[in-house]
Amino acid sequence: MRNLLIFINKYNAFFLFIIFEISSLVIYIKFNSFQKASFINSTNKVTGTLYAQVNELYSYLSLREVNDSLAKENARLRGQLKSSFYIDSVNKKQVKDTIYKQQYTYIEAKVINNSTNRSNNYITINRGSLQGVGKGMGVICSSGIVGKVVFVGPHMSIVQSLLHKDSRFSAMLSKNKEIGYIEWSDDLDPHKGYLKDVSNNAQPHVGEEVVTSEFSLFPAGIPIGKVSNLRTKTGGFALNMEVKLAVDYGKLQYVDVVVNKFAEEQAGLEAQQKKDE
Amino acid sequence: MSRVLLINFLRFISLIFLQVFLLKNITLYNLSTPYLYIMFILLLPFETPNVLLFALSFLMGIIIDAFYDTPGLHAASCVLLAFVRILFISITVQKEGFDNEPEPTLSVMGTRWFFTYALILTLAHHFFLFNLEVFRLSEIPFTLSRFVLSSIFTVFLMLLTGFLFYRKRER
Repeated sequence: MRNLLIFINKYNAFFLFIIFEISSLVIYIKFNSFQKASFINSTNKVTGTLYAQVNELYSYLSLREVNDSLAKENARLRGQLKSSFYIDSVNKKQVKDTIYKQQYTYIEAKVINNSTNRSNNYITINRGSLQGVGKGMGVICSSGIVGKVVFVGPHMSIVQSLLHKDSRFSAMLSKNKEIGYIEWSDDLDPHKGYLKDVSNNAQPHVGEEVVTSEFSLFPAGIPIGKVSNLRTKTGGFALNMEVKLAVDYGKLQYVDVVVNKFAEEQAGLEAQQKKDE
Repeated sequence: MSRVLLINFLRFISLIFLQVFLLKNITLYNLSTPYLYIMFILLLPFETPNVLLFALSFLMGIIIDAFYDTPGLHAASCVLLAFVRILFISITVQKEGFDNEPEPTLSVMGTRWFFTYALILTLAHHFFLFNLEVFRLSEIPFTLSRFVLSSIFTVFLMLLTGFLFYRKRER
């Protein structure tokens, strides 16, 4: 017994190393999926408030870009106003709109922490469950899609951005509505993505717009990017192409969380169907 | 004694702030990211007991993890770094020299020793960190190039900081 203690004492560095290394690896493996992440992330009180404070400062530096993008969006929205259309047929009847009811509502949020330079990037936003954000909701910004909410705190949430190895969203070519899915590129370039699994008879051309499809968690037709290169690794029966992403993820300031009114119903039905099979 | 405590505490806080609010946003060509915060573990006094050294490394790693949203990743790398530090110091420094050389800083130990020390420890830390983060064999060339370029960046910043706080020997 005494010899054992002497032995352990002599090589205490090694034994301490084993203990600490195993405990940190356990934390890494156990908590790295966000379902279980408890308090070691950027929504906890200390890190969250610190990030929010520093972000206050940063946001002054990019006021110009934010202004530009807001002005652009205003112009685009003004173009959709009723007053900016003229009626070209005289006998057009006014129809009381009972068919269109709102399916999507949006919660505006501010980005308080962001990264684009790691292999798995997350964004922290300043809206949480108290404001109606839920897990699995889509997040968009004025120029395109951003990602998916993966972790919700009471006042903040974490968004898994498109720049993440596991991010995969349903997308389509805007002209011929051919469905595929969008992924981030392998070489960690924050401006590049891949559109994959488009059927072979689609004839895409460079510069064509890629938008979200009706099967994604976003409303259909939200821009993702433009096809920039067709000669990428072909996947046999399907076409793969390179996409230049529309959003500059490094400069995100304001985003919108998409609340889909039917999301719960759809998920419930699909779960039911899976059970029945 | 209290002076050493104060200096290390200030170093701890300021390196965390520097890493999280400045260096986190710096990347050269998607390849080179500096992790200067490990300098805290490098510069702990020689006489730090092993238990304390490992505990502080673990704490430092966990705090960085909380800001980076990667629970456990930096903690594991920092603990490995502490172990490599113990091995390196036990090989290169004689125990008797501890009285006049309290801390392994650049000004105390000289440029050559400090450069080797910083290089080897940074390489160990970054190699473990990048490979654990990706954990995929198919991207080995890309991971390795990120590892090498980031290490160069980190060591460069360390030497820079070392010379910035250079103090002449009081002998």
